Amino acid sequence: MQPTLYRQMLRARSFELAVAELWRQGRISGEMHLGTGEEAVVAGVVTQLRDGDGLALAHRCAPPLVVRGVPLLPILRELLGKPDGLGGGRGGHMHLFSRAHLAGSSGIVGASLPMGAGLALAAARLRPGAIAVAFVGEGALNQGMALETLNLAAVWRLPLLVVCIDNDWSIVTRSSAVSAGTPLARASAFGWRTASVDGTDAETVYAEAGRMIDELRASRTPGPAFLLATCPRLDGHFLGDPLIRASHRPHEDGRQLIGEVVASVGQDGGGWLDRAKGMLRLAGVMARARAGADRESARDPVRRAREAMTGNTDTRDRIEAEVGQEIAGALEAALADDAAGSDA
Amino acid sequence: MTRQAAMPEYTFGKAIDAAIADAMAEDETIVLIGEDAPMLRAPLFARFGADRVMAAPISEAAFLGAAAGAAMGGLRPIVELYMVDFLAVGFDAVLNHMAKMPTFTAGTWPCPVLIRAPSGGGYGDGGQHGQSLWGMLAAIPGLTVVVPSTPATALAHDGPVILMEPKLLSAEWLEFLGSGGRTTVTYDVPAAGATGDVPQSHAVPFGKAKVCREGDDVTIVSIAVGVHRSLEAAGRLAAEGIEADVLDLRSLRPLDHDAVVASVKKTGRLLVVDEDYCAFGLSGELGAVVLEAGLSPQYARVCLEDTLPYARHLEDAALPNVERIAAAARRLAARSR
Repeated sequence: MQPTLYRQMLRARSFELAVAELWRQGRISGEMHLGTGEEAVVAGVVTQLRDGDGLALAHRCAPPLVVRGVPLLPILRELLGKPDGLGGGRGGHMHLFSRAHLAGSSGIVGASLPMGAGLALAAARLRPGAIAVAFVGEGALNQGMALETLNLAAVWRLPLLVVCIDNDWSIVTRSSAVSAGTPLARASAFGWRTASVDGTDAETVYAEAGRMIDELRASRTPGPAFLLATCPRLDGHFLGDPLIRASHRPHEDGRQLIGEVVASVGQDGGGWLDRAKGMLRLAGVMARARAGADRESARDPVRRAREAMTGNTDTRDRIEAEVGQEIAGALEAALADDAAGSDA
Repeated sequence: MTRQAAMPEYTFGKAIDAAIADAMAEDETIVLIGEDAPMLRAPLFARFGADRVMAAPISEAAFLGAAAGAAMGGLRPIVELYMVDFLAVGFDAVLNHMAKMPTFTAGTWPCPVLIRAPSGGGYGDGGQHGQSLWGMLAAIPGLTVVVPSTPATALAHDGPVILMEPKLLSAEWLEFLGSGGRTTVTYDVPAAGATGDVPQSHAVPFGKAKVCREGDDVTIVSIAVGVHRSLEAAGRLAAEGIEADVLDLRSLRPLDHDAVVASVKKTGRLLVVDEDYCAFGLSGELGAVVLEAGLSPQYARVCLEDTLPYARHLEDAALPNVERIAAAARRLAARSR
């Protein structure tokens, strides 16, 4: 295990656990989509970017920015809605941008693909050898703009690496229930070079992404590459995901939903078979949500990386101490003016 | 779709859910389409099954376009969007297809699609998730744009209808997108908009504004959350001797010209309160309405001037709030008509 990969994964995870706590405390408003579970993919890819490379992100954009080297304090200040945040406190967690890193994000599902294609076009014209990476979820590959980019980036032969993070969830619906074909087959059909990896294994991601990135850098008109990485979604679609809450605590958080469903089934409507199928499907989705969100799972990439560091416990301990210190320091600095109750 | 059963007090979202449930029970051609629809509308899914409550992929362009086609083919689709902001992804289906059917078919082929679109900010979700956009939509001939400010509403139409559901009034959306189980966040929710009685067989005609409060000094016209803010401001103004007419437009297209003109004729002053963008929207349109009627009132507007900021205190300042409304009304009232 490369110590750098473990360090970056741990930084991303620790940062987001801190963010989750700030959200729970009500210091962060609105939705909060964490990338917990995606750290091996993010670290395996983003550690290979250089100055001049572009980075197109979706709504789980903090981990790639953390790994890319965007300073933690302005990210935290942005999430807290402060004027010295990355976007002056006006953007929020789905709208984090760092021009210095050519990194942009979007809360519109699928939008990272055309954005990535554009960044790749600019890289090809202005910075030979530079590339762009776009992160996208498998659920987003059902968006027209994403499918159109599969064509556009191929015919323009762009130096674009699309990293498709496949957790089999489209918000709170199983992606397999609403998707025909497979992401890999779709990309292959447009002539993309494709590979798939276990997205919980950072070393494998690093090796495969590295091979693709090297090819993209080496050619003047390389044509795009598509890396499919499977991994779990540890904190639901967003913090407070009602599906996760209902499935973990059915008696408390699930009671209202279940009560409404049962009451509704009793009324006139479709046939009894339809209703029975409906109930079974809902129960199945809830059970899947519970299993997928298991933090003790062997599929937790950070846990897996930590175990891979057992041969090198001195380094591991040092990394953990340093990362802990870094995150705590950033958090303390971010909240420094909060003790005084300042809002600005 | 008309509400049939007696409805006691309902929350905003539940009132719409109940109207949809009744309509689906009455009319088998109604299908509900949306991302996560079986989960978000689990009671309807369990009652009507997967053929009528359809899970859509994250593909707004495809399922909005398909809804237009399905309506042409004889179904009556209800399409649920997560937010009106995401309508942008499938806008072609609305702008160039649903809305054009009445003209292109000389009125012979209706396109009965109902788009239910949560709208608006006030819970700190940023500029891509808190827009209102009804001005832009109401500009399009062929569309009907309805924006209720209370749970009492009805839906009966044969053309494409966009029903906005202000998230700040909708307890379910506010919990889903804002709180997520937290008790550590608060919102300025107008209680009169969030819950209310919904009378039996209730059908609000489109294009009929509601006079919520009467006064002779200034006309305040608004929609959705802005109605409640305006009423609160009107209460404060009354204590200062300024009496306001407050109008809730309820739908923007059709627009109740007569009600606005009648009120402004009386007061000689028009203040528009709009959570949507300021320029080229509802506020300018209402200025044109009164000018075209031959009136030349004192005029002001309190709207959203810029991209909605994420930070809650900035967002509260950017959205029309009671202080800004009252201040604008005071300035207007000081001008002679």
